[in-house]
Amino acid sequence: MISDFTLASARAALRARRVSSTELTRHFLGAIDALNPQLNAFITVTADRALVQAAAADAALASGDHGALTGIPLAIKDLFCTDGVRTTAGSRILSPFVPPYESTVTANLLRDGAVFLGKANMDEFAMGSSNATSAYGPVVNPWTRTGDNRPLVPGGSSGGSAAAVAAGLALGATATDTGGSIRQPASFCGIAGIKPTYGRCSRWGVVAFASSLDQAGPVARNVQDCAILLGSMAGYDPKDSTSANIPVPDFAAACRRGVKGLRIGVPREYRSDDMPPEIEALWQQGLAWLRDAGAEIVDVSLPHTKYGLATYYIVAPAEASSNLARYDGVRFGARSDGADLTALYENTRADGFGAEVQRRIMIGTYVLSAGYYDAYYIRAQKIRSLILKDFTEVFAKVDALVTPTAPSAAFALGDRLDDPIKMYFNDVFTVPANMAGIPGMSVPAGLDAHGLPLGLQVLGRPFDEETVFAVAQTIEDAAGFLARPSVRAGG
Amino acid sequence: MAYTIEGNSGRWEVVVGLEVHAQVISNAKLFSGAATAFGAAPNSQVSLVDAAFPGMLPVLNGECVAQAVRTGLGLNAEIHLHSRFDRKNYFYADLPSGYQISQYEHPIVGKGVIEIELADGSTRQIGVTRLHLEQDAGKSLHDQHPTKTFVDLNRSGVALMEIVSEPDIRSPEEAGAYVRKLRSILRYLGTCDGNMEEGSLRADVNVSVRKAGEAYRTRCEIKNVNSIRFVMQAVEVEALRQIKVWEDGGEVVQETRLFDSARGTTRPMRSKEDAHDYRYFPDPDLRPLVLDPAWVESLRAALPELPDAKRARFIGDFGLSPYDAGVLVAEQSTASYFETVAAGRDAKLAANWVTGDLFAALNRKSVTIEGSPVTPAALGALLDLIGNKTINGKIAKQVFDEMVETGAAPDAIVQARGLRQVVDTSAIDAAVDAVIAANPDKAAEYRSGKDKLFGFFVGQVMKAMAGKGNPALVNDAVKSKLG
Repeated sequence: MISDFTLASARAALRARRVSSTELTRHFLGAIDALNPQLNAFITVTADRALVQAAAADAALASGDHGALTGIPLAIKDLFCTDGVRTTAGSRILSPFVPPYESTVTANLLRDGAVFLGKANMDEFAMGSSNATSAYGPVVNPWTRTGDNRPLVPGGSSGGSAAAVAAGLALGATATDTGGSIRQPASFCGIAGIKPTYGRCSRWGVVAFASSLDQAGPVARNVQDCAILLGSMAGYDPKDSTSANIPVPDFAAACRRGVKGLRIGVPREYRSDDMPPEIEALWQQGLAWLRDAGAEIVDVSLPHTKYGLATYYIVAPAEASSNLARYDGVRFGARSDGADLTALYENTRADGFGAEVQRRIMIGTYVLSAGYYDAYYIRAQKIRSLILKDFTEVFAKVDALVTPTAPSAAFALGDRLDDPIKMYFNDVFTVPANMAGIPGMSVPAGLDAHGLPLGLQVLGRPFDEETVFAVAQTIEDAAGFLARPSVRAGG
Repeated sequence: MAYTIEGNSGRWEVVVGLEVHAQVISNAKLFSGAATAFGAAPNSQVSLVDAAFPGMLPVLNGECVAQAVRTGLGLNAEIHLHSRFDRKNYFYADLPSGYQISQYEHPIVGKGVIEIELADGSTRQIGVTRLHLEQDAGKSLHDQHPTKTFVDLNRSGVALMEIVSEPDIRSPEEAGAYVRKLRSILRYLGTCDGNMEEGSLRADVNVSVRKAGEAYRTRCEIKNVNSIRFVMQAVEVEALRQIKVWEDGGEVVQETRLFDSARGTTRPMRSKEDAHDYRYFPDPDLRPLVLDPAWVESLRAALPELPDAKRARFIGDFGLSPYDAGVLVAEQSTASYFETVAAGRDAKLAANWVTGDLFAALNRKSVTIEGSPVTPAALGALLDLIGNKTINGKIAKQVFDEMVETGAAPDAIVQARGLRQVVDTSAIDAAVDAVIAANPDKAAEYRSGKDKLFGFFVGQVMKAMAGKGNPALVNDAVKSKLG
């Protein structure tokens, strides 16, 4: 049954001609039709394009000339510019924007034969942890608490991507992660997602939030599917000066390496008294599975972890305040006219940006201002290098780290919106990896008492996604996570 | 005698520092592949990067870096092997990204020095503080529509070098000499065409005044001055304005001003309240710029001979005066023209012809030396006719004028017009005899001691010979016949 396909099994079925890409694509477009009104996971659905791409994929498969993803239907986070397809970044200010270019990452996926179903909903400019800041309405998590039908958030900012994959509306999706935007929604939606090393995927054509932290990656049903997708998305791009000119290894093969002989670090600073006991318990369970699989568990210290979140909320808004200056109503995007240039700017940006984006632009402008720059921005950069040093020292002793992905399971829509600081706290475990540029993956490991999925996070050395995949695959195999969300295509 | 301005309260010294923006000669912009040609149709040389479309990223153009390093080497400056690009944030309609990528804290080139030559023959060393690379903004056109502003992004992203001097300049003349010398060096290096009319070279002029021995007083910055003459005028009028402010008991406020060349005044551009907080921070889209010392050395080895070295060589090898040498090296094309003419010939004579008759002719014809109607080979041939006594100097000027008008070869003109100089002593003797015979009273006066009349006789003989007599032979003949 198509709804049971993983990306890997769908690919095998396509290559064996047991199913056609057109059938797959029609299935997912039907599922989107049926469930998107409820989940709001897509901002734009490109059914006609998808069917054209599927037909091309079927022709390629028939001739035996297929790429790594030929015929595989995917959702694309609406932060990736797609040639001729509206790209909003979840913002009103880009509501009329149709890029005349294709981002490098999505171009790589198209090169390998993927089919794009549409553009996934997201927090506005990827700023948020609940998908509530989208100008196109919140995404609803396909999971609900046992015996409680209140809608929950899918996490953010890649909430549309994660919800689409979890609800069976796509075989996989692109996502981006600036402070946890791949891993936290993956955890909330019971799927896998990896933020690769900074520089692994090109940022060219991805609407920028915080340039030194943004990194694209996949979300998918499982670890193996993420490995397949990342293999296509990644690669050196001379158009991105921060892209790494190193070969892309066989990530899918790395998933099967196992963890025998690996040293797995447990950072003590990730433990807190506030952490729900079931998350602590799941963490211990994960470590036990790894030990059983032959890994050595080692306690380590990352002393500057406690400054991670505060530092992040200086660096990211600072860069965002500058990156978002281009949305001024002059050359592209929405414009609200004004009597003079200043009024045009003010009206355009007041109408075009939501409250959270405006808040971060103001924070960022403030921390870069004369007289505050040294106290905030410079200091944050210093701490950032100490956080990196922590990881460098720890990775001299261990091969990977394992932590919870998020401090809670999915929460109710509307919760925490009144308190931005509480919302920011969602990213406490994920932010350090962005600050240090290292890879991090969330893998579903169990359910909480309410039947909601919880993820564990695997962190690795820079450009050693292979070990991350091996550890995550081991957790996935041991967890045997088979639970399904309450809203799901094909039941 | 140092330049000072006499005020009511005594003598004032002028302190000037210049920030020169020089457009880098390169095929493509600093961070995008778009072309950079001047005068193209509006918005025809704009990439998605220049227009700051979402997700577009800058990629540093290595040729612009090489040009900046060459310029640094030409200014005898430190090359910083580690530098960095920062964002300078401000909103304007012709700045699509809302920030300019520049080098704020860590420029690619550090301290250097430029030697300037002054009219009295003296030279001065003017310190260069730094040189950094940055992007130009686009152009706002306010005069195309009654209520709208049009934006042309062709310039957006074009590479500029900002070259900042120390406040070592002390007079309008020095300010002019500094820009002239800098422009000359840039042109020699081929790193900037120095064309001020097209805006490839523009200067921000920082001016303050002070009494002798004082610390610096408050300065004002006069923005975007686009000719050397205006730079000199701006220094003078701004200094006079500030002296008046101080002497009237007022206080000069630090501000940005505009030079109004029509009125010959400066006026404030924006008030302090509008002062930007540029919120500089390192551009996270770009890696720090790290240069390989061997690469820098390879650029150094490939530098052309620069004006100072050439000038020294012209003085040393050709025996030219420092002034003539300075004039000849100011433009590489002039120096090269001169060297072609001087090769194997009397260099001083060549220098006199180039700086005298040739410059005058070019001026008259309003053409540059590249477009000279007289090629260096033709001028050389003319000098050869003088050297081998085919014609004399005076006839040569006549031949030269015809070369300018017709482009004909000098020997052809001499041939056609029968200008070959007369060296036949019998013909000269006959002409001298005839002149003496026609002027018996003057001959008598000369013989009785009025030596001054010698010139009269030579002149009359030359006139009688239509200027073609060999001057030395005519002199000898006059002397012996009257003696």
